[in-house]
Amino acid sequence: MSKHRLRGRGRVDASQPVVFTFDGKPYTGLKGDTVASALLAHGVHLMGRSFKYHRPRGAIAAGSEEPNALIGTRRGPGRFEPNTRATVQEIWDGLETNSQNKFPSLKWDVGAVNDAAYMLFSAGFYYKTFMWPRSFWDKVYEPFIRAAAGLGVSPSEEDPDTYASRYLYCDLLIVGAGPAGIAAAREAAGKGLSVVLVDENSEMGGTLLSEPQSKIDGKSAWTWLEDELAALKEAGVKLMTRTTAIGYYHENMIGMVEKLTDHLPTLPADTPRERMWRVRAKQVVLAQGALEKPLVFHGNDRPGVMLAGSAQTYLHRYGVKVGESPVVVTSHDSAWYAAFDLQAAGAYVQAIVDTRPQVRQDLQAEARTRGIPVKLGHTVTATGGRLRINTVRVNPLNGTHVGNGQWIKCDALLMSGGWTPSLHLFSHTKGSLIWDDDLTTFLPKDTPEDCIITGASRGLWGVEAALKDGSVRVGEALSKLGVEATVSDYTVADDRVGTGVTMRELPTDRSAGKAKAFVDFQNDVTAKDLRLAVREGMRSIEHVKRYTTNGMATDQGKMSNINGLNIAADALGKKQPQVGLTTFRPPYTPTTFGAFAGYHRGDHFEVVRKTQIDGWAEENAAVFEPVGQWRRARYFPKAGETMDQAVARECAATRASVGIFDASTLGKIEVVGPDAAEFVNRMYTNPFMKLAPGKCRYGLLLGDDGYIRDDGVIARISDERFHVTTTTGGAARVLTMMEDYLQTEWPDLNVWLTSTTEQWSTVAVNGPNAAKLLQPFVKDFALTEDNFPHMSCVEVEVAGYPARLWRVSFTGEIGFEINVPAPYGRALWETLWDAGQAYDITAYGTETMHVLRAEKGYIIVGQDTDGTVTPYDAGMGWAVGTKKADFVGMRGLKRPDLVAKNRKQLVGLVTEDQSCLEEGAQIVLDPNQPIPMKMVGHVTSSYHQGTTDHPIALALVEGGHSKMGETVYIPMPDRTIAAKVTGTVFVDPENARLKI
Amino acid sequence: MIQIHCPYCGETLPELEFAYAGEAHIVRPESPSEQTDEEWAAFLFLRDNVKGPHFERWRHAHGCGRFFNAVRNTITDRFYITYKAGEPRPDLAKLLEESK
Ligand SMILES: [Zn+2]
Repeated sequence: MSKHRLRGRGRVDASQPVVFTFDGKPYTGLKGDTVASALLAHGVHLMGRSFKYHRPRGAIAAGSEEPNALIGTRRGPGRFEPNTRATVQEIWDGLETNSQNKFPSLKWDVGAVNDAAYMLFSAGFYYKTFMWPRSFWDKVYEPFIRAAAGLGVSPSEEDPDTYASRYLYCDLLIVGAGPAGIAAAREAAGKGLSVVLVDENSEMGGTLLSEPQSKIDGKSAWTWLEDELAALKEAGVKLMTRTTAIGYYHENMIGMVEKLTDHLPTLPADTPRERMWRVRAKQVVLAQGALEKPLVFHGNDRPGVMLAGSAQTYLHRYGVKVGESPVVVTSHDSAWYAAFDLQAAGAYVQAIVDTRPQVRQDLQAEARTRGIPVKLGHTVTATGGRLRINTVRVNPLNGTHVGNGQWIKCDALLMSGGWTPSLHLFSHTKGSLIWDDDLTTFLPKDTPEDCIITGASRGLWGVEAALKDGSVRVGEALSKLGVEATVSDYTVADDRVGTGVTMRELPTDRSAGKAKAFVDFQNDVTAKDLRLAVREGMRSIEHVKRYTTNGMATDQGKMSNINGLNIAADALGKKQPQVGLTTFRPPYTPTTFGAFAGYHRGDHFEVVRKTQIDGWAEENAAVFEPVGQWRRARYFPKAGETMDQAVARECAATRASVGIFDASTLGKIEVVGPDAAEFVNRMYTNPFMKLAPGKCRYGLLLGDDGYIRDDGVIARISDERFHVTTTTGGAARVLTMMEDYLQTEWPDLNVWLTSTTEQWSTVAVNGPNAAKLLQPFVKDFALTEDNFPHMSCVEVEVAGYPARLWRVSFTGEIGFEINVPAPYGRALWETLWDAGQAYDITAYGTETMHVLRAEKGYIIVGQDTDGTVTPYDAGMGWAVGTKKADFVGMRGLKRPDLVAKNRKQLVGLVTEDQSCLEEGAQIVLDPNQPIPMKMVGHVTSSYHQGTTDHPIALALVEGGHSKMGETVYIPMPDRTIAAKVTGTVFVDPENARLKI
Repeated sequence: MIQIHCPYCGETLPELEFAYAGEAHIVRPESPSEQTDEEWAAFLFLRDNVKGPHFERWRHAHGCGRFFNAVRNTITDRFYITYKAGEPRPDLAKLLEESK
């Protein structure tokens, strides 16, 4: 039995010892312990170093609000987690834990010089430092901050655990299984409702676990609890422990994270580590209780200084005495009971120090009976001890006058500044709060959600009050759910109720400027920092928060918000409600990325769309790239080839004989109906009314602002049917845009739009031998220049499959696109591949497609355009049907800025030294001008593997169309490259190669 | 997550199924070519940026695909009503009264 453990006390199992390590040293705890309770049982208070000053810190609390005792936990390779609260992590055999923010050791830390360099790190330090000379930042501050910064260490290995994601729909969700939550559940149970009761702790009971002295309806608190939970289970209430409601979202959607394995010594098979529940509840009861406030005084962060209520939890729930000779300092009645209980457990309480001059007579009498010295109207002004408190300085208060201090020896200091209702989830609902002067705290008022708040969360104290309130308040929810509201009566003996006053910093006789009185323990924010922020002009609490970082640590200000507000309000000379409370945001407690990601990781991170021909590409060693959500073959390297070599070979082979390309990912929209031509004509810039069936036309799609949105070839299959193609990535966007105009602007048009992208497999064959290769497979149709000229389409049988055969080219060569019903895609491909061997057919990927099209000056929307490019900028005025009455973007093209001079225009670039430009590189006219230079455009496409004898590039350049033949410059880190402005067509400007 | 009533499907469904589509009741002019530069710029770019009840468009993108109109409070995210495209703008005062 460890030194400070009380045999037979608490809810830990004395028959089940558990061995874990902390900083490499083994400790034995009991089943049911947290890391913090087990360490405290061994007298270990020092559990970590603080974030900014590296001050030694111990556990200040016993639950999820803990700001100090953050540890790293490890379970073999990959399973490391930083910043776990030692007060929450349950121990199991073999658990490895480590303290954080220390170097080289927890007990001797070099970074603690930060503590001495206090002035450097005071409020607004980050903001002020940014304004210092830059050389200071690089040489002094940044290295210093980098060395000191960071809470814990990020895991470096891939997380081997799985995380699940579930939905839950219920009639009533109750958050918090203390007396109020359990009482609410009792009224709802057995009425045919689906009821869920959740609690973040490993077991239910809330305050009953920490203060079990009360007798409820004649039963001991723990017997009552056991019976009550069994009855709820029997009645079909879903009870969920280790489940934290992390956020309250719109319309009663609550996010909950259930931890399933972190407390287990061996991981069960096929069990996720955590489960994210997305709960939609018809009614919600919030019964999250209250959090104790620390007192703010010099040295209030020394290990051994702890919340009085948490000392109660360690005593009653874990059977651990946090000190043998503690001192209690308080401004609230509740801490007196902690003194009594510890004294009863064998500790020698050295003093109860209460800031109030008057305290209830019965409390004073009991202290006297138990032999505990009492100091009313006193303050605490300092603590002593290096890594653990060993003395506390206590001074009498006379009004505002602070008398001479007296040092009292102790091994723990238990403090209480009163209690703050836990309003986090209530605030997530945008619930309004109302300031209560008597309790010096905010209380919940109205919420727009179907939500009821009960118990200590709304400022009630004591078990009986909580039970009765839960029982009554849930009635409103039950009535709304259409069942009868009932109320149970409760009689509670030995209940502990109390009152207190709220303190700002405790009065002191020392220089306030030197006091290290912490408000936010995790971010090392002191009362002095808050007052400094106000002196330096911060007026809003949100500004004070950001300037000082008060409440911005991973504990989200659970302990610091109200103390911070009280101090800031005092410094501003205003009432607290006029200063306001900072916004509570989800998640309530730190949540793993795994829980949010759920199944969406690895192969399931994103959908991978594959064409019917993808399998062939994979078997033929294609290298793939993602385009939109598609997986596209990028190039097909032969053994030993680099990408550049493969692309150069594919380009040359296609221009020499024939290349085959999987174009199935192109977006396809079937536009059908009596008004189909009118619709296409209104959407696209080009004239479509007179396009004959059997003909194709290139289409340019603009927004109504006049900028290019998308492009593609459009085939008129029949009078009332168009086969529209879009860019691969633009398919969904274009269909949405078309639907928008059709549904809302032109509902009179009789047109149907259908996405057919995945209905067709599209095989493109390009090259001088393309027609020769294809002709034998085309049934009863001659692929001659006269019968089937460029930009024609026909419905015909190809290789025995029904096909829409197009004569189009994105390479500048004789080209065909064969659209067949998707499942035939691979068979068609293989048929052509086999027959193509006679022509040295070459499969090419997107990279070669990009090079070949660039050689012809064909644009790629989104690469050569960026949402601010007009058809005229792109040199494609020929595609604009200026005689049309209207099309989308027609009026936009006449906007003053779009017809202004010196717009960026698409041109070709050929470098003087034959080097290949970098895409995205900026272009200047005069390379000798002073920095910052005037940039006149950028390179949009650049290739060197093509069939020209020099690298080519496309670029957007201001006034580019009137700069033909001029030289522009591309400054790079190592040199400046000169390039000549050219047209955009580098190969076969007469289009002779398109002819069969 | 908000739940939205699709006036075409007649069902109230999670926000995930829907896509926001900007302010409602902005009609593309009948003859754009007759618009002045100022008028056309206003049609393209000027929006009300309302704090409070806002007339806006949504699309049941992962359902029936229809665009419809809604009145939503931009402070609370509450929907007062959704209605089909082409239907007249509802009386806001009446809506607010009914929602009390
Ligand atoms: Zn719908």
